[in-house]
Formats: sequence, C-alpha cells, structure tokens
Amino acid sequence: MDLFLQQLVNGLSLGALYALIAVGYTVVYGIVQLINFAHGEIFMVGAFGAYTTWMLMGAPASLSVGIALGVVLPAMLLGGIVTSVTVALLMERLAYRPLRSAPRLAPLISAIGISIALQEAVRLFYGRIPGFPDSRRAIPFPVIEGITGRTVQFGGLTIQYSALFTLGALAVCTVLLWWFVNKTRMGRAMQATSQDADTSRLMGINVDRAIATAFAVGAALAAVAGLAHGLRYNNIDPLMGFLSGLKAFTAAVLGGIGNINGAVVGGLTLGVVEAMATTFIPGQFGSSAWKDVWAFVLLILVLVFRPQGLLGAKVVDRA
Amino acid sequence: MTAHAHGASAHPAAGRETGAPASGLLQARDVTMQFGGLTAVNQVSLDIHRGEILGLIGPNGAGKTTFFNCLTGMYPPTSGSVLLDGQVLPPKPRKVAAAGVSRTFQNIRLFHNMTALENVMVARYCRTRTNALDAIFRLPRHRREEVETREVSQRWLEFVGLGHTTDLLSRNLPYGDQRRLEIARALALEPKLLLLDEPTAGMNPQETREAEELIQRIRGLDIAVLVIEHDMRFIFSLCDRVVCLVRGEVLVEGTPAEVQHDPRVIEAYIGGSVDLPNAAPAPEASLAHLQPSNPVLEMPPNAANPILGARRRRGDHDA
Repeated sequence: MDLFLQQLVNGLSLGALYALIAVGYTVVYGIVQLINFAHGEIFMVGAFGAYTTWMLMGAPASLSVGIALGVVLPAMLLGGIVTSVTVALLMERLAYRPLRSAPRLAPLISAIGISIALQEAVRLFYGRIPGFPDSRRAIPFPVIEGITGRTVQFGGLTIQYSALFTLGALAVCTVLLWWFVNKTRMGRAMQATSQDADTSRLMGINVDRAIATAFAVGAALAAVAGLAHGLRYNNIDPLMGFLSGLKAFTAAVLGGIGNINGAVVGGLTLGVVEAMATTFIPGQFGSSAWKDVWAFVLLILVLVFRPQGLLGAKVVDRA
Repeated sequence: MTAHAHGASAHPAAGRETGAPASGLLQARDVTMQFGGLTAVNQVSLDIHRGEILGLIGPNGAGKTTFFNCLTGMYPPTSGSVLLDGQVLPPKPRKVAAAGVSRTFQNIRLFHNMTALENVMVARYCRTRTNALDAIFRLPRHRREEVETREVSQRWLEFVGLGHTTDLLSRNLPYGDQRRLEIARALALEPKLLLLDEPTAGMNPQETREAEELIQRIRGLDIAVLVIEHDMRFIFSLCDRVVCLVRGEVLVEGTPAEVQHDPRVIEAYIGGSVDLPNAAPAPEASLAHLQPSNPVLEMPPNAANPILGARRRRGDHDA
C-alpha cells in the first residue's frame, strides 16, 4: 500500500510535468487546429533559457536558501519564460502564419522542420558561447538551495521538493490560465477565435494577435515545465524536448485535445500510469525501459476506444 | 441619392475619394465582385444615409449576401470601393468593424460555447485597450475596463430584451433570442452602420413585429441599418428606401411604395421561372401580396443546420 501511494505521488509529479507541456499543445490546437510538433523544443528552449539566466547571473552557487528561492529561482523562471515565448512567437510568425491557409499538412511539416532546427541549433551552437558548457552532452542543472536534493517525509512517503515544486507550479498555472482565458479581454478573443475565426474578425477581433497569444501562453507554461524538469532530473540536454513533447502530446490527446482541463487530467493520468506500470507489471515488461511503451499503448487504447479523449475534445461548432 | 446598375461615369477603381455629402454615411462605388467567371455583384453603387433604414431585396442568388461581404471586408471587391464617412474602408474585416460597420448573419453565427453576456463582451474587444500584460499584472486599468465591459454588454442585452439571459450559454437560447443576441453583439461594437442579413428568417409574426420594433429603436440611436429580408411586408413597412438587386445589379431603388409597384421588380420575382397561377401581374399587383412563404421568396431551409431548418419550417409565416 505504501508502495502504491509512493508511486501515486511519483506519478502525479511526473504527470504534472507532462500536463504543463500538454496545455501548450491543446491551447494551440484549440485555436488553429494545428498540432505544434515543435512544442517539445519550446519546452527545451525554456530549460536552456533558465540555465542561461543562471549563467548570466554569474552562476551563483551555494547561496542561502532565501536568495536561492527568492531571487535566483524567480529570475531563472522569468528568463525561461521570456526565451520560450520569444522563440514561440517567432516560430508562429515565420513558420506558421504564412501557412495558415495552406493545406493542413504544410504547417505540420513546417513544425517538424522547426523542431529539428531548434534541437540542432541548441546542440551545435550553445556550447560555442565562451564560458558556456558543451551542449552536445547533458548539462548539469544548477543546484537551487532549498529544492535540489531535498525531500520531505510524509507518513511512509518520500516526496522530493522538486516534485512539490512541479505540482505547485501546475496548480498555480492552471488557475491563472483559467482566469486568463475566461476573465480577460484577450482570453475572450482567444475563445471566440477558436469557435469561429471569421465571425471574430467581423466582430473586430485581431485574430492574428489572439493566435499569437495562444502560442505565447503555451510557451510560458512549457518554460515552467522546462525549469521543473531541470530541478527534477538535475540535467538538461538539447534532445530532452523530443520524448517529453511526445509524452505531453499523448497526454493532450488522452484528455481530449483542445480541452485545457483535459490536458491537465491527461498529463496527470499518463504520469500515474507510467509510474504504476513500472512498479506493478511483473517481469521485464515492468522494467523502466518499458515505461514509454506503456505510455504509448495507453495512447493507442484511447485513440481506439475513446478518440475524443477522457474529457472530450473541443468540438468546433459549425452552426 | 441614386443607385444605378451600370457605372455610367468612369469611376477610378478604388479611387481614394473624400468629401462625402453631409448626410451620406456609406458610399459603395461601382462595387464588383467576381468569383472566377461568375460576377456575383456587378458595379453596384449605393449610398446609405445617417440614421436611415435601407432595405436590400432581390431573388435568391441576386448577390445580396455577397454585397454584404464586400461591405464588411470579407471579400475585397474585384473593383470599386466602399467609403465610410468619406474614408475608403480597408479590406480587413476587423478594421471595417473598428471603423463602425457590424453585421448579423443569415445563419446564426454566435459563439455557441460562450454565455450570452460573453458573446456581447467579445464585440467590445476593439473598443477596449487592455492587453495581456495589463491583465497578468492585474493593473487597476484592467479591472476597471473589465467591469465597464461587463456593464456595457449587460445594457446591450437589456436593450434587445435579453437582460435575463446573461449567464446562459448562447447555444441553449431559443431561436428568436439567438437572433436578438446577434443584434446585441453587433450593437456592442458601437457601429455607425448595422447590416442585418435576414433578421426575421424563421420567425413567427409576433417575433417579426418585435424585430421591426427593435430595428426602429436602433435607428433611434442614430445608427443606419441596411437590412436584407425576403419578407416583403416587413421590408415595405420598415424601410425608408428599398434597393432591389437582381443578378448582381441594382434593378430599382426608391421608396417602398415605388419599389413594390414597380413592374420590373415584380417580374424579377415571379417572371418566367416558377409557375404561379395568374403569373401575369394584375395592374394593382404589388410585391406585398406575395406571401413570404412563397417558394420564390423564401430561402430554402438551411440543410446544414438542423435546428434552423426545423425552425424555419415550424416558423413559416402564416399570413
């Protein structure tokens, strides 16, 4: 039972990471019906943005907990968000907007191209900046005093602080996102655009800006995930966006693509399934090498038996 | 003010003319819209005065809705130009909307997954200014504007008699209320010119009378109204002037009395194509005697919309 609860906690914190990324897929899909396959790279770029911010601050190590959590961590978070959002906006402007009226395959191929370009750009050039570590290998993520390596004992459970950080970040982001989408002018513009872009234009909405905002919102959450990933795994690398992005996409489909709550539920579900599969499936099939297999088996099962996802995909109304 | 089918004088296409007559609000100059080899709208020129109700009639396929789309920037005219207050309207729907032209749709196009109030609030987008950053940092400006948007939108709901529907999802509203909600949304844009595309389609006589009364009240706000309608009694009792469009060209323009007795108009509606008893118009024949449920005059049920289709049949005019 303790093992079950422990794996539940582990699964939820892993799932929170997926969920933060999955929201980006779902928000963009909801508004332009595009699977932004470069979103995993936006997550990776966010992690590198956070790391770069730390380097630019002079790579401060062994600080007091107060400064680490009050100054360094927020600065890294902000740096990551700014980097991710900038890259996402450029990507939308240069790679997707020109293809908005093209056949749907075109932006998809464009997305794959952008994805590879970003991976390679970071892999090949990041380490060339004087004083920066070689990015062709995994880069050790900075130690943040007060989070890195710390755990809390709760009953028989061991919970890492980084897991608490991820879960807390997901909770805060979900609430903020709900508020932004439902209670602000720009959020309403996004909703209207996702329901009927032409009518939105006729009602005076700047549809281009609404779409760009959707990309920016997804990128900001991906950057939070990038930082959380660094804290959790203690290293980052240019290829980290590939598998995480794929998993998050799975989570978005699992919850019902286009549905923001679905992305959160889907992410958490996927994390828990992975954690449980590696623990309770006997023999070699339960080894951690198989956990990705179970994640995608789940995707296939959902696509076969409940293609609209757990919470139902946002069906575009065509009156 | 004349409306003529053929541009007698050679207007420079898309010429940037200024200096509208004092009472002129909108001027369409030789507007032509071609789709491939099809000329849907052919050199239509017409003026709309401030605070007037202008009716646009014509058999199916006459180009009325296409002309609407030219006015709102959805279709940039193949040639010709549209001026509002002496300024050439840009061929971008959202800029036309911001300039003061808004519309409703023949097939209701509300944002179905939003509440009635939110639908109206969407149209306030281009009359408000707060951006995503104002919202995120919860500046007082944002909160003030949000409250104001809500209040203004609620007043427009009350103006059309939907004050009680604030928090209802628009897709759950009765059909007639959905039509009025579209009008409230269009009004919230603060237009100078309101385009109504078949505002009484599918309404019963009682609802039609209410719509007529509502349009009169809109005129009272010094908003000009251009209305497409197939219900001739509605058009002739409501409008100050009526323009009859046939095969993309202005056939007749004049007061309701002039237009409804014009033999060319009567012929355009009943001439040739449909077998009617006494097809030859009697001397006192007038369009007002033609029933709106006449197959020539009534749009076919919209097959794409089961609700609308059913409503149309149920709501067929009984008189």
